Amino acid sequence: MALFSVNHVSLRGVAAAVPLQKESNRNYDWITEKERTLLIKTTGVEEKRRAPEGLCTSDYCFEASKKLLHDLNWKPEEVELLIFVSQSRDYFLPATAIILQHKLGLPVTSVAFDICLGCSGFVYGMSVVANMLSSGRIKKALLLTGDVSTISVSYQDKSTYPLFGDGGTVAALEWNENVAPMYFNLQSDGSGYESIIITDGGCRNPLNAESEVMTEVEKGVIRRKKDLSLNGMDVFNFSVTRVPPNVNELLAFSGVDKSEIDFFVMHQANLLLNETVRKIIGIDAAKVPYSLKNFGNTSSASIPLTMVSEIAEALKTSKQKLLLSGFGVGLSWGSVLTETNNLVVSDLIEI
Amino acid sequence: MTLEEFTSKIEGIFEDEKPGSLTPDTDFRNIETWSSMYALIIVAMFETDFKTTVTGDQLRKCSTVRDLYQLLPK
Repeated sequence: MALFSVNHVSLRGVAAAVPLQKESNRNYDWITEKERTLLIKTTGVEEKRRAPEGLCTSDYCFEASKKLLHDLNWKPEEVELLIFVSQSRDYFLPATAIILQHKLGLPVTSVAFDICLGCSGFVYGMSVVANMLSSGRIKKALLLTGDVSTISVSYQDKSTYPLFGDGGTVAALEWNENVAPMYFNLQSDGSGYESIIITDGGCRNPLNAESEVMTEVEKGVIRRKKDLSLNGMDVFNFSVTRVPPNVNELLAFSGVDKSEIDFFVMHQANLLLNETVRKIIGIDAAKVPYSLKNFGNTSSASIPLTMVSEIAEALKTSKQKLLLSGFGVGLSWGSVLTETNNLVVSDLIEI
Repeated sequence: MTLEEFTSKIEGIFEDEKPGSLTPDTDFRNIETWSSMYALIIVAMFETDFKTTVTGDQLRKCSTVRDLYQLLPK
């Protein structure tokens, strides 16, 4: 069971960058006004941000990283580990993390690589970074997460288009002998790989003429094979059955009672799903922030973006016990329990 | 929970439906404002209010409110 603790690592800061361009679901005219009202009420997504053509996830992560390094007063040459978690990389190859290493001015002695995960990506990325820092050989690391998802959703697909927004974030982690351990519980279930999938464009199904054909899959859902497909019912059932036990196991393993948690920051999937998960776990609504309303589902950026946009003041000014939980595409899910103390939280960047 | 109580609970999900307009034999997919979003809302209601997981397959096999009622834990 991938239930473990990591010593001597602290989360020092977070920053997030989102596109300037807002897109309101009130103007989503693929569906009727009644459907729009129900959609906004149920998913909780009023608007989201859309990246203009030419701007990639890495561009948002880059700007967030520059700002966070500045706000932390870290020099780029001190950072020896950079991990980029994304499903919207710059190129088929090479890995985007290496390009970012150079752009940010990190030394050639640093480690840089990509991890291909979505909604669970921030928690997974933290687990990798924390393990690599734990021995103390590497002292400072940047974890960059996010996606430009709007590029891969069809406007005529009401099950994806209104939900997803774009953004890139960064978290700074540092080796520190005197901090509480981080606790992780990570899980995977590839039997559900088709629940959230883009079938065409990889090696299994290279792009071809058929990938471009708009096809009606069900009423109100017309998309191409190169577009994102999401089975809302499967994802809902997966999330409500898998996430609460994962969180409860983590709490039991760490010996922390849920009443001690200051904030439970979940991946922002949709409000109905998240609230169902919250109620099953039994955590007070006041401890569960949402950025869904203004930013939608931002994939692996959702947890750090929510920290920046919703709870920055509390994080900046005090000690916090955080339970972070990501779940989705894969299927992949995981939670981390960590403590922060006067976290450095940069102001939200809009590009 | 009785079938009547359950029917009125389902009716409550559909804002446009007047009280008493749903019966146990109403095909819920024929309700004028029905959309796939309601499928999720019903599944979430089962999860939150009845601690019961209803899968997509189970829901597809239901057409009336009475069918949904049969999914309640006995």
